Amino acid sequence: MRAAQITNVSRRSLLGGIGAGAFVLAVGLPSTGRAQEEEPGFGPDAMPNGWRDDPSTFIAIAPDGTVTVTCHRSEMGQGVRTSIAMVIADELGADWDKVRVAQAPGNEEKYGNQDTDGSRSLRHFFMPMRRAGAAARVMLEQAAASRWGVPVSEVSADRHTVTHAGSGRTLGYGELAEAARDLEVPERDSLVLKDPSAFRYIGTDRVGLVDNSGITTGKATYGIDVRRDGMLYAVVARPPVYGGRVKSYDDSAALAIEGVEKVVKIDPVEFPTEFAPLGGIAVIARNTYLAIQGRNALTVEWESGPNAGYDSETYRETLSQAVSSASGTVIREQGDFDKAFAGAAQVVEAEYYIPHLAQAPMEPPAAVVEIRDGLVEAWACTQAPQVTRLRLAERLGLPAEAVTVNVTLLGGGFGRKSKPDFVLEAGILSQAMGGTPVKLTWTREDDIQHGYYHTVSVERMSAGLDATGKTMAWRHRTAAPTIGSIFAPDPTQKLPFELGMGLLNMPLAIENIRAENPAAPAHVRIGWYRSVSNIPHAFAIQSFAAELAHAAGRDQKDYLLELIGPPRRVTPTVQGDVWNYGEDPDLYLIDTGRMAAVVEAAAEGIEWGREMTQGRGLGIAGHYSFLSYVAVAAEAEVVDGAVTVPRVSIAIDCGAHVNPDRIRSQMEGAVIMGLGQALMTEVSFAEGRAQQENFDGYLIPRMENAPKRIDVHLVGGDATYGRPLGGVGEPGLPPVVPAITNAVFAASGKRIRRLPIADQLRS
Amino acid sequence: MVNFVVNSEQQRFDGDEDTPLLWVLRDELGFTGTKYGCGIAACGACTVHIDGQPSFACITPVGTLEGAEITTIEGLSPTGDHPVQVAWRELNVVQCGYCQAGQIMQAAALVDNSESLSDEDIDAVMSANLCRCGTYPRIRAAIKQAMEAK
Ligand code: FES
Ligand code: FES
Repeated sequence: MRAAQITNVSRRSLLGGIGAGAFVLAVGLPSTGRAQEEEPGFGPDAMPNGWRDDPSTFIAIAPDGTVTVTCHRSEMGQGVRTSIAMVIADELGADWDKVRVAQAPGNEEKYGNQDTDGSRSLRHFFMPMRRAGAAARVMLEQAAASRWGVPVSEVSADRHTVTHAGSGRTLGYGELAEAARDLEVPERDSLVLKDPSAFRYIGTDRVGLVDNSGITTGKATYGIDVRRDGMLYAVVARPPVYGGRVKSYDDSAALAIEGVEKVVKIDPVEFPTEFAPLGGIAVIARNTYLAIQGRNALTVEWESGPNAGYDSETYRETLSQAVSSASGTVIREQGDFDKAFAGAAQVVEAEYYIPHLAQAPMEPPAAVVEIRDGLVEAWACTQAPQVTRLRLAERLGLPAEAVTVNVTLLGGGFGRKSKPDFVLEAGILSQAMGGTPVKLTWTREDDIQHGYYHTVSVERMSAGLDATGKTMAWRHRTAAPTIGSIFAPDPTQKLPFELGMGLLNMPLAIENIRAENPAAPAHVRIGWYRSVSNIPHAFAIQSFAAELAHAAGRDQKDYLLELIGPPRRVTPTVQGDVWNYGEDPDLYLIDTGRMAAVVEAAAEGIEWGREMTQGRGLGIAGHYSFLSYVAVAAEAEVVDGAVTVPRVSIAIDCGAHVNPDRIRSQMEGAVIMGLGQALMTEVSFAEGRAQQENFDGYLIPRMENAPKRIDVHLVGGDATYGRPLGGVGEPGLPPVVPAITNAVFAASGKRIRRLPIADQLRS
Repeated sequence: MVNFVVNSEQQRFDGDEDTPLLWVLRDELGFTGTKYGCGIAACGACTVHIDGQPSFACITPVGTLEGAEITTIEGLSPTGDHPVQVAWRELNVVQCGYCQAGQIMQAAALVDNSESLSDEDIDAVMSANLCRCGTYPRIRAAIKQAMEAK
């Protein structure tokens, strides 16, 4: 989920702004051994503003020993505030009971990259945070050694205490904090990180979530909860069609409502709209209810613009046409597809449709902005605080230094809150009120009707099997509007990062492969949605693999393992994937052995092959995404066309398990979200407008829909922590949908090629 | 003018009596623990107890609450140790946590008022509350644990 190059360009200029802290020695530079001027490399080095590992930036120790860890990544349910604290506490030798977590504001010069997306918080910051903790530990040891006048080699720090081996003397971290703070930060290369066998928190379920108490008592603060003295409340009436404008409006009835303070017109920008507000008419009032009442009282005439005719049902046919002929750019070519296909003993073709989706985080977008003496302060549930800061400054005509973006807890993000349009709206309105604090809230209707939608796509798959049922030829045509359409005028081709989400880098061993990408223009705002293009790609590829198994008369799991082939490690560029989630292709290879292992684990977890009663069936799917391997096996029951999923087994290999409980919870959540996408979740459009408005029409799973049993299997694990980490927040989701629809086929004989299932199976 | 009690303290509201309790709590009185999720009784994020009954604050006009006793997540337990809250923490139920005030208020009423609970009982009541993060399996487990602990 990385904003393509396009967005990175302007941000990269900030690299020059890195300042060294007062006693920072060799730390704080964006990479090891790489000169700053060089093109950024891979992983965290390739991110805008890179990474930092300066202990003073991330760790503060008070005289009473309280350790405050500053988390610079946004918490949206993935548990990052707890995980980062675990990592630092372990290397620091801190007592968990004395660890607190503070949240960093948007400031990438200080903290390194803060875009919390792409499943990369631990992937990119596990090592820097370990080093920060280890450096602080060494500084505490040095402070104690010099106080005692003994060689530092004779002292050791652990459990919040530094001990002198010879004399048994001890000093607490709090007593040493001040002296340690004035020491030079040790050279990065001199740091000795803990042996993983010595970890007390990393890799264990020993600690609870740092926000457990705040959340369960209602004290935790989300973006929508921020309160400031004299604050006003706002909602905005936005153009119903993407690209629309206000033609005329009458606000007299709105202003007649007691408590409505002001009506403000927000101007839209020209295409591409990137992260800019959509424009419209804002109503500012004394509370949210009055603002909503005021909005209801507005009369607005809209000019619909170029997308007025967008109809998702018609567009499905348009995409279907696009993939029906060889009109697309060839994006992968291996062997000779045409020849192998022509010579096939059996040919299978299928087309899959995946609709638009809205992230619909339970907390809708909301932010507070106030402006005093030319200084802007924002509080926002944002996944991208630095981008928010830059765009807010730009829109308000102020330098970035004048803008502070405080990051609250996020009531879910799923990619929606990577876009700061809502914070800009709050800023514009505060400015219009002379700097008065304004809370801008998106109602649920706003969220579902004016979103950054998951793209819509049609995937056409064709395969040729030989006489033994082996797949000899495989062609994948994909047509879907690109996220690039919010960054550049009218691109119609998927970008490398979208193609690199499970299409080009699929771990299947087939001799003759072709992939093509016909054009598909966008008619709504397209944005990241958890797992992004992996969703359609996994659905198509893993459904089709099951269709091929069926055509070959084989067991689905056995056939999938055969398609995956023998264990091998493939450089992603060999398969045409130049993106590789921004990671080094020599470090992160496509490892089919790991893929097969999670398929086996998921299958075993659901007792694959067991006898099923009438109307029940098992399905399986595996998908490699965000550098992690995930497989899902699902049991479905179909009765009178209604689908239930009583049991799911999900297996993940994401490298080492830094916070196993949060890996499990992400997998559980992915299963539920995927279940929704399989059964019920969809945003459709007619006359350019989203047809769903709220959770009565935009359906997501409720507890009654949730599987009675979800087993999560953590595979691999790499106890040495030597293998680079994969992602966790997103890779769980993509294989869930095809596992369920494959199970539906096993249960009912009906193949689902269009999502969601909705009432397709009812006669 | 409407008089009512929130978390044992007397409160008064002097505005439009159609104002949903949700916005009175959040915007006027500062009880932001009660969340907005849909405004149409479809998500349960705004669940509070009105005279002991779990209710959706988003569709309850404040004008109907003269003399009512309202409990929000902030007032569920003075120490934050209702068996449901304890179980929630022990099982690390929350992900983003946004829906959880509503989930906990719904679950607390269920646990307090039940002798025993089957999975079906739990599903039937708790299906009023949406969780986009998908914490349902842990909510089920935590409710069972709270039933044992109470
Ligand atoms: S906000 Fe009240 S039920 Fe959703
Ligand atoms: S925990 Fe995030 S919505 Fe429930």
